[in-house]
Amino acid sequence: MTALLEVDGLTGSYGSFTALHGITLAVQEGEMVAILGANGAGKTTTLRTVSGTIPRRGRIAFGGRDIGRLPPDRIARLGVAHAPEGRGTVAELTVMENLRLGAYSRPARAFRDDLQRVAAYFPWMERRGGQQAGTLSGGEQQMLALGRALMLRPRLLMLDEPSLGLAPIVVQDLYRIVRTLNREEGLAVLTVEQNAMLALESATRAYVLEGGRVALEGSSAELRGNESVRRSYLGY
Amino acid sequence: MADFLQQVVSGLATGGIYASLALAIVLIHRATRVVNFAQGEMAMVTTYVAWTLIDHGVSYWLSFVLTLALAFVGGVLVHQAVMRPFQDAPVVTAVMVTIGLFILLNGLAAWIWSSEVKAFPSAFSTRPIDVGGVVFSLQDLGVIAVSLGVVAGLFALFRFTKAGLALRAAAFNPATSRLAGVPVGRMLAAGWGLAAVLGAVSGMMVAPSVFLDPNMMRPVLLYALAAAVLGGLDSPLGALVAGLLLGVLLNLLGAYVDFVGTDLRLPVALAIILAVLLVRPAGLFGSVAARRV
Ligand SMILES: Nc1ncnc2c1ncn2[C@@H]1O[C@H](COP(=O)(O)OP(=O)(O)OP(=O)(O)O)[C@@H](O)[C@H]1O
Ligand SMILES: [Mg+2]
Repeated sequence: MTALLEVDGLTGSYGSFTALHGITLAVQEGEMVAILGANGAGKTTTLRTVSGTIPRRGRIAFGGRDIGRLPPDRIARLGVAHAPEGRGTVAELTVMENLRLGAYSRPARAFRDDLQRVAAYFPWMERRGGQQAGTLSGGEQQMLALGRALMLRPRLLMLDEPSLGLAPIVVQDLYRIVRTLNREEGLAVLTVEQNAMLALESATRAYVLEGGRVALEGSSAELRGNESVRRSYLGY
Repeated sequence: MADFLQQVVSGLATGGIYASLALAIVLIHRATRVVNFAQGEMAMVTTYVAWTLIDHGVSYWLSFVLTLALAFVGGVLVHQAVMRPFQDAPVVTAVMVTIGLFILLNGLAAWIWSSEVKAFPSAFSTRPIDVGGVVFSLQDLGVIAVSLGVVAGLFALFRFTKAGLALRAAAFNPATSRLAGVPVGRMLAAGWGLAAVLGAVSGMMVAPSVFLDPNMMRPVLLYALAAAVLGGLDSPLGALVAGLLLGVLLNLLGAYVDFVGTDLRLPVALAIILAVLLVRPAGLFGSVAARRV
């Protein structure tokens, strides 16, 4: 079986600076995979190369199709939703407009159902649909970015540190939602997380990046048992 | 009182013309941070296109609609051919390019149509109509209806359609819009097209009173720039309100303040705008804090 996302020998660069030196990873249909690593290891860069927002080389296949040369909007329309690091919403638009924007590539008649589905997870978004996204709290914006990404009805959801700056209880909520999407709706998830404990609890497999290379990979259980992962990322 | 109302209405007519061009400037500035100094000349060229159509016997309103369509295509082409190559250049460079475009279009128009002044027909008769003792010119009312109608149509497009939402999103936050599947480049091009349409309306509305020549849009561009800045430069509503206010203000100054007359209208209006900007540096509808860096 070919994987939903297949990345092989991937490099990514910012101007003349190469941040990734040949990454190989895969996400199977319906799988939840985590990327771990220290600051600057290249986690964010990896997601950016997949969604096509920075120059990249190497093989990137999504659903068997080469997306290595497609522009980001085409990649999104194929079903890759990327909730980027920091703000993934349009601050000047309202909550509802952000959700509508997320549904840009979907047929108009699907909107009601898609909205209902997202509102089931985040009821406040419907209630406060008219509020300007820029006036939401940091955590609410993070959730809206996830809501916006889900409106695309993606086949692959890529999250970049969704827990950043959120209260612990909200983080638990957020990951519970993502796990539900993954387990009950079969949505494939690729998540970047500083909080390794959290990531390894939710994902079935993980990759550990170091200096733009894959240093380790394995099932969550394996990595939890790994001495160096424990010391570097789990802190015990 | 009757005279005052008349002056206000006639101010609104010129104000609508300034507002259309100011809105065009704001649309492009909001999306690209570039002040398009060629906006007036683009309007002038499209007005020549309308003149040519009418001159060949096409009816006024058909020429009007065809010109708007051609203006849209022209705006898209200008973006693709002239502006896009400079999209990663500093904003000042892009502004210089628009100034170059200004000069190019001006020269081109004189070369194609000669700089001889031409009469441009109005869709509305200059016949005055009497509304409860106040006499308005049908021409003024028609100009107000057309420019405000086009502006209202554009607001509706932005507010109520999916394409409008994508246009706004692409202008505010291209990165996030791309991730949502919006073809941002195409949206920017469409933005230039819509700006050119607004410009075409202002050109065709002003031409009957100032006559058609390659330099006809210069004063309009100055007033429109002033209105755009006064409105906050990124606020379409601000451009509309400021444009209308400016038109009325200029007209009332000319009519009622003796020492101002026609010669001093512009300097006095600009002085008032500067005074407003001293109090509200971001303009009437802008906010300093919301400006992205
Ligand atoms: N926009 C950029 N321009 C230049 N270099 C960049 C840019 N973004 C990231 N880098 C560099 O690329 C490398 C990888 O960065 P990346 O953002 O992928 O790290 P990360 O693993 O996501 O780290 P963090 O956990 O801190 O978010 C770093 O050395 C960083 O300095
Ligand atoms: Mg990162």
